[in-house]
Amino acid sequence: MNDTNHQNDTWHRRMLENKGGLFAVLSVAAISVGSAIELVPMFTIDYGTEASENIHPYTPLEVVGRDIYIREGCYTCHSQWVRPFRSETLRYGEWSRAEEYVWDRPFQIGSRRIGPDLMRVGGKYNDAWHFDHMKDPRSTSPGSIMPTFPWLYDWSWTPEDLKASITALHTLGTPYDDATLADPGKVAMVQADEIVKSLATANRAVTPDKEIVALIAYLQRMGKDGRAWLAAKEAAASPPPAAPAMDPAAAPADPAAAPADPAAAPAAPAEPPAPPAAGGAQ
Amino acid sequence: MAKDNPTSTGVYDDDVVRLFFGATVLWAIVGMLVGVIIALQLAYWPANLGVPYLTFSRLRPLHTNAVIFAFAGNAVFTGLYYSLQRLCKVRMFSDVISRIHFWGWQAIIVSAALTLPFGFTTGKEYAELIWPIDLAIAVVWVLFAINFFGTLATRKVEHMYVAIWFYMSFVLTVPVLHIVNSLELPATFGRSYPIYSGMTDALVQWWYGHNAVAFFLTTPFLGLMYYFMPKAAEKPVFSYRLSIIHFWALVFLYIWAGPHHLLYSGLPDWVQTVGSAFSIMLIAPSWGGMLNGLLTLRGAWDRLRTDAIIKFFVVGISFYGISTFEGPMMSVRDINALTHFTNWNIAHVHGGALGWNGMITFGMLYWLAPRLWGKVHNEGWVNLHFWMSTIAIVLYIVAMWAAGLTEGLMWRAIAPDGLLQYPNFVDTTARMNPFFWTRVVGGTLYLSGVILMAINLLLTVRDSRGGNSAPLSAAAAK
Ligand code: HEC
Ligand code: HEM
Repeated sequence: MNDTNHQNDTWHRRMLENKGGLFAVLSVAAISVGSAIELVPMFTIDYGTEASENIHPYTPLEVVGRDIYIREGCYTCHSQWVRPFRSETLRYGEWSRAEEYVWDRPFQIGSRRIGPDLMRVGGKYNDAWHFDHMKDPRSTSPGSIMPTFPWLYDWSWTPEDLKASITALHTLGTPYDDATLADPGKVAMVQADEIVKSLATANRAVTPDKEIVALIAYLQRMGKDGRAWLAAKEAAASPPPAAPAMDPAAAPADPAAAPADPAAAPAAPAEPPAPPAAGGAQ
Repeated sequence: MAKDNPTSTGVYDDDVVRLFFGATVLWAIVGMLVGVIIALQLAYWPANLGVPYLTFSRLRPLHTNAVIFAFAGNAVFTGLYYSLQRLCKVRMFSDVISRIHFWGWQAIIVSAALTLPFGFTTGKEYAELIWPIDLAIAVVWVLFAINFFGTLATRKVEHMYVAIWFYMSFVLTVPVLHIVNSLELPATFGRSYPIYSGMTDALVQWWYGHNAVAFFLTTPFLGLMYYFMPKAAEKPVFSYRLSIIHFWALVFLYIWAGPHHLLYSGLPDWVQTVGSAFSIMLIAPSWGGMLNGLLTLRGAWDRLRTDAIIKFFVVGISFYGISTFEGPMMSVRDINALTHFTNWNIAHVHGGALGWNGMITFGMLYWLAPRLWGKVHNEGWVNLHFWMSTIAIVLYIVAMWAAGLTEGLMWRAIAPDGLLQYPNFVDTTARMNPFFWTRVVGGTLYLSGVILMAINLLLTVRDSRGGNSAPLSAAAAK
């Protein structure tokens, strides 16, 4: 750094290195170009009405569940992002489309798969399976390294907290009707009661205010709208399908109708081999 | 402030450097201890003891925030406050702001440690801190920037040395990234929702996330390299012209690279392609910087055998080279298809983190200690620390490379019948176990090295207090 020999007499030294302000302006300019080109188009992206008609906002109870998912940091082990490869569509189902995430604040697509992708987990198991799995993952999935989350069965969500969340999400543009905005807790309780009933038929006792109920609501919702939308689109594109166009995994979606014994729920995806997805690399 | 003779020691504010120095060592232990704990939990899940606040998914964000912002952050501030004053031949602009910066930053770290385990998080990687803390970061950073530019404005040296360019891009870019990514609407004191949604939020986050690597863990560390490597080697930087090209190319190209975290996602194709292309181009300036650092040792390679500080620097810079070769490779779409989501990412991150950030920091601390306090208590331990860290890094990253390759291949394996060969996810999980244990061993070894360093440095301070040694009265700046 003490070399003062002539070769260091560059324009850079004469014009810039002695001017802190100009140097600062140029270095901000250097980072602004790429930032603007990449970010600005995404700020104004519009997925059109097709998405808004098919992908619905989360219900209040699902918002509670999603906030628990964020609080517990499930994203450190689970992605919500099926890539367009055969090996992934076989394992998880339809690959993920951008439109499906429009209501996700914050996004939770994740970057690690210590556990499996959860994009399409909605409807894959019944409520009782999740109830047992979250309490003790080894009971449903021997060899799992997922932690236990026993406190979700003791802690309760509160309507006041939920109202703050729904109000904020509404301010940011998520459409909720007046009844929901007025009392999201009440709307959530109706859905929670349904889940409690379905759990009761499988001999799992819990009150509707418990966090596990809200988390199950969210997990059962995941990827469903997108799956229905894509199935409908595919059906419309190929009118007389030789094979049923509807995704069979979506069929036993009614949790109450699913087998009462959670251990009997399929451990592996029940999907038939999907055709190689567009853009797939493998 | 006696400004008459700025080159004599005592004119510079070295007390704030000592504070940051101490904080670096303390947070190194805390952050890496949490790293070892979460590593253990992946090998043996009951290690969370059934306590919500100690569960993997709540501690992992604490680990990443602690090592990045507390350990690496304080390390940068230590070196920056020390070198900037000497490169400008003036004291820091304001002692008061320096103190507010120091205590404010530590308060932010403590509040992170008091919120993340309790589930107060935004759920965006490396940006998990809740909005009140986000605001505090912005305020403290603005004050730091005032201190930084104030010092530059009063400098007694006409030309800014290359280290200062890198510091400057750190000081300016970090708040831009932080503010844009943290625009959120508070719902309660602990919860907020981002103004962006879905894939837009994802893109903003990874623009931030990748450039946190670039402008928090790379450019300021290059600044440290440009100051401390020539100091330790007692040689000028290899090429001044290379440093110009490498600086501008690096800051211009880096900012584009974020979308390589989102390949094969719902992001528009052109954004993915651009992100991938710029990531591959990044290898050029990165290796330019690496060569400039390594070749500073030209004609003094023998020091590599005898001088532990040089060893730390050379291994650190070499890991920088490895990571910046690996990163561009992982940005190639077809390679990314295999490595993404796997432990390979973790190997990549820790090659940079343990190798580059860690080793540069350790070398710098050992170089500074005699100048801030007195002769390092035990030189043998410094050498031992070097070998412990080097072996630890190899154990850690080789295990994670193997783990990543194994799971990547198992997930995609298709049997002859056209179905998945390993349909049960837990089949791959089980295969990870020996690799996870190897990482626990490697991580514990690395942490032990840091603890050895802490003891050595504490004894160094004690020696100087007892009057057994005194700071080197090195002719301060050049
Ligand atoms: C340490 C990593 C880890 C964390 C944290 C974690 N999981 Fe898991 N998860 C796993 C693993 C491994 C599996 C696969 C084995 C099994 O079913 O338990 C799994 C499986 C699952 C499944 C079944 C997926 C399927 O398709 O079979 C669900 C649902 C799930 N996790 C939900 C959650 C939720 C909700 C959270 C947060 C409260 C969470 N997980 C946190 C590791 C984790
Ligand atoms: C004793 C040393 C360390 C150990 C044992 C350790 C361990 C871990 C573990 C177990 C994880 C989670 C891995 C996973 O999700 O599969 C992790 C993630 C991470 N660590 Fe460390 N770590 C150490 C030091 C560091 C240092 C010094 C840094 C940075 C300066 C660092 C930066 C990170 C980052 C950025 C991640 C997230 C990676 C990603 O999301 O891809 N770690 N670490």
